[in-house]
Amino acid sequence: MKRPSPVLNELTSEAAAALQRAGFSRRSLIKGTGALIVSFCMGGAFSTLYAQINGGGASDSPPPNELDSWIAIAADGSVTAYSGKAELGQGMFTAQTQLVAEELCVPIQSIHLMYCDTSLAPDQGITSGSQSSPANFNRSNLAQAGATARQALLQLGSKHLGMPVDQLTAAGGAILAKSDASKKVTYGELLAGKKFNLKLDPAAKRKSPEEWTVLGKPVPRLDMPHMVAGLYEYVHNVRVPGMLHGMVVRPPAVGATVVNVDNGSVAAMPGLVKVVVKNNFVGVVAEKPWQAVQIARKLNVTWTPGAGLPSQATFYEHMRNQKPTRDTLVVNSLDVEQNLAASAIVVKATYFHPYQMHGSVGSSCAVADVQGDKATVWSPTQGVWPQRGTLSMLLGLAPANVRVIYRRGSGCYGINGADTVTYDAALLSQAVGKPVRVQLTRKDEMAWENYGFAFVMDERAGLDAQGNIIAWDHEAWSPVLGNRPGYNIPGNVITGLLAGFQPEEFSPRSPAPEPTVYTNNSNGAASYMAGQVGGLAKGTGTIKSERSLLHNVVSPFWTGPLRSPQRLQNTFAHESFMDELAARAKADPVEFRLRHLSDARLMECVKATARAAKWDARPSPKSETVKTGVASGRGISCVAYEGDNGYAAMVAEVEVDTATGKISVKRFVVSNDSGPISNPDGLRNQMEGGTLQGMSRALLEEVTWNDQSVTSIDWRTYHSLPLGFDVPKIEIELLNRPNEAATGAGETAITLVAAAIGNAIFDATGARLRQVPFTAERVKAAIST
Amino acid sequence: MSAITLKVNGTIHRFDLDPTTPLLYVLSDDLALRGPKFGCGLGQCGACTVLIKGQAIRSCITPVASVRGAEITTLEGIGTVEKPHPLQKAFIEEQAAQCGFCLSGVILTAKAFLDKNPAASEKEIQEGISRVLCRCFTNTRMLRAIDKARQEMSR
Repeated sequence: MKRPSPVLNELTSEAAAALQRAGFSRRSLIKGTGALIVSFCMGGAFSTLYAQINGGGASDSPPPNELDSWIAIAADGSVTAYSGKAELGQGMFTAQTQLVAEELCVPIQSIHLMYCDTSLAPDQGITSGSQSSPANFNRSNLAQAGATARQALLQLGSKHLGMPVDQLTAAGGAILAKSDASKKVTYGELLAGKKFNLKLDPAAKRKSPEEWTVLGKPVPRLDMPHMVAGLYEYVHNVRVPGMLHGMVVRPPAVGATVVNVDNGSVAAMPGLVKVVVKNNFVGVVAEKPWQAVQIARKLNVTWTPGAGLPSQATFYEHMRNQKPTRDTLVVNSLDVEQNLAASAIVVKATYFHPYQMHGSVGSSCAVADVQGDKATVWSPTQGVWPQRGTLSMLLGLAPANVRVIYRRGSGCYGINGADTVTYDAALLSQAVGKPVRVQLTRKDEMAWENYGFAFVMDERAGLDAQGNIIAWDHEAWSPVLGNRPGYNIPGNVITGLLAGFQPEEFSPRSPAPEPTVYTNNSNGAASYMAGQVGGLAKGTGTIKSERSLLHNVVSPFWTGPLRSPQRLQNTFAHESFMDELAARAKADPVEFRLRHLSDARLMECVKATARAAKWDARPSPKSETVKTGVASGRGISCVAYEGDNGYAAMVAEVEVDTATGKISVKRFVVSNDSGPISNPDGLRNQMEGGTLQGMSRALLEEVTWNDQSVTSIDWRTYHSLPLGFDVPKIEIELLNRPNEAATGAGETAITLVAAAIGNAIFDATGARLRQVPFTAERVKAAIST
Repeated sequence: MSAITLKVNGTIHRFDLDPTTPLLYVLSDDLALRGPKFGCGLGQCGACTVLIKGQAIRSCITPVASVRGAEITTLEGIGTVEKPHPLQKAFIEEQAAQCGFCLSGVILTAKAFLDKNPAASEKEIQEGISRVLCRCFTNTRMLRAIDKARQEMSR
């Protein structure tokens, strides 16, 4: 059997033939382009948060309750599996292949995993929000498809061999008698190239983790050999016959609109194919990429002045005072004020978090082929089905005539320019009727992406005479504009707006409605709150007098989910403040946390981290706190991510040069519980990367602007830790929970870093850092006050 | 337009193109190579790195006319899937990548450095690759892989 190359997320001819034999008539090949399209109808628009994360927005997706939507077995026994969760660099391709191999009892090499192509794979919404493991590794979707298929094959095998199912076993792509391995029949023989024609069976038994031989093992990434050899096909490498090259011309200032485009300014430029203007979208198409770059630079566009931007120096005050607001309560026990008034000590602090960017190392790129009423795009989008919806709106085409094929881009960590550049390529391709590739400039990538949220957070808590927290209040302000485009809001990213679509409407709401269900999706409620709503306490802590209130306001910049969106900012405030409270109570920060937690899994993370770090149990700051020379300290933080989607704790050990304010992080110890571990090495890689990315965000990263436009437009004006910094030692403790549900794992560690470092700085110097990033100037200023 | 000859990964190619075209565009578009990648176009991140005369060069800011006749090695030129270079092998063994977009910068900058400094310490290696950017922050694994390859290469 020929092994399909993992380089290509593309149907091999063998797989296509197997599909056709199996009766997948709806997945029909179009001759000439190699493109496959689906020709069934599109239902009504659909854009709830649930659908965005879990799919279900497109009614013509291969139905997720049908086994054949997930798994096809050819007569030669080769397995094609389909998934709507993408490989973004996080290892999901390999982990999902392990999952299918495990449940089906076939060698990993015989599986070809096809993912994220609207002609082939089911709609699973967007690969985001730490939802891929919960979606596909528990008791639904891909995992349950594997279990259902194994059960069905055992039943077919029982018939074929004339033996009861309990005397049979599945192994190596065959059903065989437990007592006599020579009595066997292969999957290929059993199915003879036919479909399963079965619904997913929720009762089909998944293999228990004790039986795992492929899942749970540190299987090396299947794509790695091609990546390091420079052979892996990223979206940047997609080449289509007759392909032209486009560049976009973005406004010089936020809010500027087109007055005039002087086509004559580039008419004589070599290679020019067309200048394209649609509303305020301006772009050029040329024969070669360098020609497109030069034409875009030379094109004379007259723009209106920008709308003007609020001063960065006073932006946090501006946020706090902005009206109108959209208010949301996570919890509200309605007794916080009276309990604060009755407290022995009331502690208050305000924390600040800047806009930060995804800042993918590669500028975003896409290829689109829009001809007549049909479109095919190769896109690094995290949601192919949602993007099919918005592209059809942007291009004025029927959704069924738009095919979106995922190709990996540069690491995205949320929403980088992937969606917007796909729109750019599609608009330009439609204008010239030929395939067009667009690769953004660094400035266009950075100045217009959907930034991670800025936040101002007021924390207040009351301690009783024994130093126990008796009330906790959290009130935050955060600006929003746009989002992921979902299934039907192309205006949520810059190109959609320029082309004439509006971002999702900001609907003011004040006061916030009282919560009816406890969902701590944004970690607005600290892990120490009891989370009481509707008579139930579903939080992870003990504090019953609690309120968490968020005021969203309108942002001057695009915003969107950057790795641990809101969760990271809120947790920075909660976990720094918890440290402040422990210090006021003169308690050890670990003991103080455990005293106010109720969730066993989170508590175990805290204990495991402290144990591994050989935590020096005592109150902070150190009694011998020094204000000169180099001071050292340790800090801890913890989180129940989204309340129940992953548990983690982190200790940071730092040295602070008190003269310069320079922070040197020496060591991180991280414990993580994400349920059963699918691939321990992949999980470690996520923990390590998340930790260092969190360190870069905590110490350096901040989007800057002037009165007209963003000034963070390259790696000199937006600061990130490069490879050469002194990398701290990172120790990871993985807590495996084979009998729990799988949770997210890509966003836990990063959520903890700023508070762990800030708490360690406090331990070393007695100085409290309440504003990210902890630049040397800010550290120095905090020490000297 | 200008006639330009380049030897890329051992093969001679002749082009007729705008001499100001950055080398990266010639490699990734005219030759459809997948190793060198467009990261920033400003020579700041390293994703476009290639080797010329043992030096790690940022091809996105190198006009092709300035390297006429040069022998250029890209990531795909130092080893293959079947026969990887010790650095490529070590990166696989250490699983030293996430998205992998930066790998030309990391591996080729490390190769240029190790070829000149076969006895480099970990600290020196870190300095040697200091100007490369990995936004997935796979630093610990990358440094481990480079040190592992160094030992293999100096054998």
